[in-house]
Amino acid sequence: MKTRSMNRAVRAPGGLSLRLDLRALIVVALLLVAACAAGVALIGTGDAKIPAADVLRTLAGHGTAYQDFIVNELRLPRVLVGLLVGASLGLGGALFQSVSRNPLGSPDVLGLSQGSTAGALVVIVLMSGSTTQVTVGALIGGLATGLAIYLLAWKQGVHGYRLVLVGIGVSAIATAVNGYLLTKADMVDAARAVVWMTGSLDGRDWDQVWPLLALCAVLVPVVLAGARGLRMTEMGDDVANALGVPVQRVRLVLMVCAVLLVAAATAAAGPVSFVALTAPQLARRLTRSPGPNLVPSLCMGAALLVAADWASQRAFGADQLPVGVVTGVLGGGYLLWLLVTERRAGRI
Amino acid sequence: MLVDSPPEQCAETAPAPPTRRAARAFGLLLSAAILVLVALASIAIGAKSLSLDQVWHGLFHGTGTYGDVVVDERLARTVLGLLAGAALGLSGAVLQALTRNPLADPGLLGINAGASAAVVTAITYFGVTSLTGYVWFAFFGAAAVGALVWLLGGSRGATPVRLALAGTAISAALYGYLQAVMITDDAALGTMRFWTVGSLASATNSTILQVLPFLAVGTALALGLARPLNAVAMGDDTARALGANLGRTRALAMLAATVLCGAATAACGPIVFVGLMVPHVVRSFTGPDLRWILPYATVLSPVLLLGADVAGRVVARPSELQVGIVTAIIGGPVFIFLVRRRRTAQL
Repeated sequence: MKTRSMNRAVRAPGGLSLRLDLRALIVVALLLVAACAAGVALIGTGDAKIPAADVLRTLAGHGTAYQDFIVNELRLPRVLVGLLVGASLGLGGALFQSVSRNPLGSPDVLGLSQGSTAGALVVIVLMSGSTTQVTVGALIGGLATGLAIYLLAWKQGVHGYRLVLVGIGVSAIATAVNGYLLTKADMVDAARAVVWMTGSLDGRDWDQVWPLLALCAVLVPVVLAGARGLRMTEMGDDVANALGVPVQRVRLVLMVCAVLLVAAATAAAGPVSFVALTAPQLARRLTRSPGPNLVPSLCMGAALLVAADWASQRAFGADQLPVGVVTGVLGGGYLLWLLVTERRAGRI
Repeated sequence: MLVDSPPEQCAETAPAPPTRRAARAFGLLLSAAILVLVALASIAIGAKSLSLDQVWHGLFHGTGTYGDVVVDERLARTVLGLLAGAALGLSGAVLQALTRNPLADPGLLGINAGASAAVVTAITYFGVTSLTGYVWFAFFGAAAVGALVWLLGGSRGATPVRLALAGTAISAALYGYLQAVMITDDAALGTMRFWTVGSLASATNSTILQVLPFLAVGTALALGLARPLNAVAMGDDTARALGANLGRTRALAMLAATVLCGAATAACGPIVFVGLMVPHVVRSFTGPDLRWILPYATVLSPVLLLGADVAGRVVARPSELQVGIVTAIIGGPVFIFLVRRRRTAQL
């Protein structure tokens, strides 16, 4: 599609104006449709296949009792967890990449995922805890790691590069702890730990949906309210300060939101790799607009995760390979493709 | 390059003052002496501690007493620690100079991931079960990924950022594969969870002999590159103006780093941070001249690796903590300290 300028400014009397980026709006709409379509396809996939039309009818409340049980009790929560986790990771990744001003500044690289993993492994290996306890452990691990990274990177403000570098250091320590815990585990615990570490949506139910939904309902508006300030800080701290943006406060609030989003998503589904890294990059390329692209990243994350889970179920059979394997391989492949094409375009 | 160290551009054109050169040479000797002490400690300290007297007896007049057997067992491990440590430190220093990135680490260029993926393939699809069998797989995995990163990074036109990105991307794809195999194959999981932390415990003489030729060639190549890399460190334009052959230097440096790190990883599993940290510490007292950094890194890296190995044996007696875990737990905080101390850290 060749683009002309697709921005429209809407002016209201009294000097108020709103810039509408039509292309971004279209991208968001298409991504939402894609996410929902992938969700419906995912509900229909499994040992008992259900056609898409029946899925939609059942979701609307007109299915048979059998379909109703499978769709609403078994598979809908899984899809909702997938959508929410993907959305949280996409949004969290966009925030981290914007704050660190680095396309590699995703939670995978910064060590949040490894911190969550350490929390979960402590519960799995040392306490042989239940699924709920593992979730709590991962949440505590993720939040503690986020706090540690922020405090260690703080030195009269948090600087983009320092954040990434401190994150890499923290990530290596957490990885070593995880490796140690894995060598201490017995075989059953180790297998359980590896599945958790890959990131999986298997067996997620309504108990995971509600807390995630509540968290997203609170945090997403907070993040979007701070988006304007974030866009300014991307021009540099000095410029943003001069424009009246309280840089460190905006950054602190958004970082807290990002850590909460990513930690909650990781606690719910495990450290699904690369969604947080690729979603903002893909969204940015689709909208072709500068800035953090928060809403497109959110939708892209949701669509990516559910589509990846669907692809994994279709390609390898129901519940054979967790979604994290697919996102890891796809994410790496995507990054390579990016590298080759960007080089041809002379951008890297 | 370190940002806050004063630029010593004179290093290439004018020799350093004689007193400073003497001090650096003396420092190198001192480092070598420390290395000998740490190596002796690595033989003496463990689940059963030996006196230096017993160590001496076992090394030179072995008669098969209990102490002699222990010395024999620990000797292979210490030698491997020396070799692998030197290789990791040297390859880290070369990579940092090559990519002009103070954070370059063999792990960043995908070499660890390549070796891990090859080992898991060997276990699952080729039924290899012995460590001596993995070594070749790990080495070729590392070498293949090194070459691939080099090609994707733009080969002769490679820039630091492109190399790092290519390494990250390939690592990601390979770790996805690794996890898929570990989830579906219990035998692979059973072995890999011990292999991926990095350990010197399973060192044998045959492992050492397998990797020794590669380490020797890599070390000679890397040490010979000090001068051209000094020029490259000043930036592409300056290097060209000074008459350096950029493409050839980069290709050879990448080759040396891959061979060194690939062989070390093949022998003891992926060990992080030695290659990252030691060149930093060395640079803080030698300045940016690679003709000093490289020899110092070669001598001091084994000090760290063996020291970490000894520490791992002491803290968890009578069991032990794998050296890869100890280096990361020591290295992580040191790394964060370095990052914080610097005014602006450049990536």
